[in-house]
Amino acid sequence: MNKLSPFAQAFALAVGLMGPWAWADGPLMPAQVPPAYKQECAACHTAYPPGLLPAASWQRVMRGLDLHYGTDASLEPAQVQQITSWLVANAGTYKRVREEPPQDRLTRSAWFARKHREVDAAVWKRASVKSAAQCSACHRQADQGIFDEHQVRIPR
Amino acid sequence: MIKKTAIQWMAAVALLSSLSATAWGVGSSTPQAELARWQQTAGQSGDASRGQAFFNRQHGGEWSCASCHGQPPTRQGKHASTGKTIAPLAPAVNPQRLTDTAKVDKWLRRNCKDVLSRECTAIEKADVLAYLISLK
Repeated sequence: MNKLSPFAQAFALAVGLMGPWAWADGPLMPAQVPPAYKQECAACHTAYPPGLLPAASWQRVMRGLDLHYGTDASLEPAQVQQITSWLVANAGTYKRVREEPPQDRLTRSAWFARKHREVDAAVWKRASVKSAAQCSACHRQADQGIFDEHQVRIPR
Repeated sequence: MIKKTAIQWMAAVALLSSLSATAWGVGSSTPQAELARWQQTAGQSGDASRGQAFFNRQHGGEWSCASCHGQPPTRQGKHASTGKTIAPLAPAVNPQRLTDTAKVDKWLRRNCKDVLSRECTAIEKADVLAYLISLK
C-alpha cells in the first residue's frame, strides 16, 4: 500500500476535524445546493437553509411563487420541481422547526423570536438591516449557512 | 489506496463546488442584441430618455424599477423589501448584464409584474434597454 504523503495526511486530518458540514456551505447548509437555488432564490434574499422551515411550508411557498411575499418570483416548472424536491428533502424535522410558522415565514417561527429576543425592536428598523429576512445584515456569512452567534455584527 | 482515492474525490468535490459558485458569468448574448430583439418585436427603436422616465416612475404601485436598482442603476441596488444587495444593472458597469436572453426575459417578466402589475410591452422593454445601454 502506498504511504500517504505528509501533505495528504494533514489534508485528511483537516477534513476529519472539520466534519461533513464544513465541506459544504457551512453548518446549516446541505452539502449539495442546486445552482438554481442560488441563482433564483438567493438573487433576492438570503439563501435560507432548508432546515429552517418544515416540508409543508416549503411546499406551499413553492406552489405560490407568482405571489411570493409581494413579488413575482415565478420560475420554469422544471426548476420549481428541482428546487422543491431539494427543499423538502432537507426540510426541518427538528422538533422546534416542525411547527409551520404563520404565512410560512421562518422569521415568524417561535424559535426565531426566541433566538432574537435580545435584539431591540429599533435595530430591525435601521436602514442597514431593513428586514428580518436580511439575515446577512448581522450574520455576515448567512449565505453560507453560518449563523454562529459569536460572529454576529449588528450594523449601525 | 482507498484513503488516497477518497481524498482525491473530496478535493474534486471541493473544486467543483467552488467552480459552481463562480461559473455564473457573461452569457452568449450582448446588450445590443437584446435591444435589437425587442426593437424588432416593437417595430420601432427604443428611446433612452423615454426608458429613463419609465424606469424612475411608479406605475400605480408602490415600487418603480429604481426602488430596487437605484437611480441611476450604475451602482449597487438594494431589494426594496428584503434589503438584499443587487449588483449594478448598467452593462457599462457590470458586463454580465443583458448577456443572457433567458435571464433578461425572466427578470423583465417578473419585475414588470412587481412594478406595473402586468407584463411590459415590447416598446417599453426596448426603451428601458436603450436607457440601460446609454448609461456610462
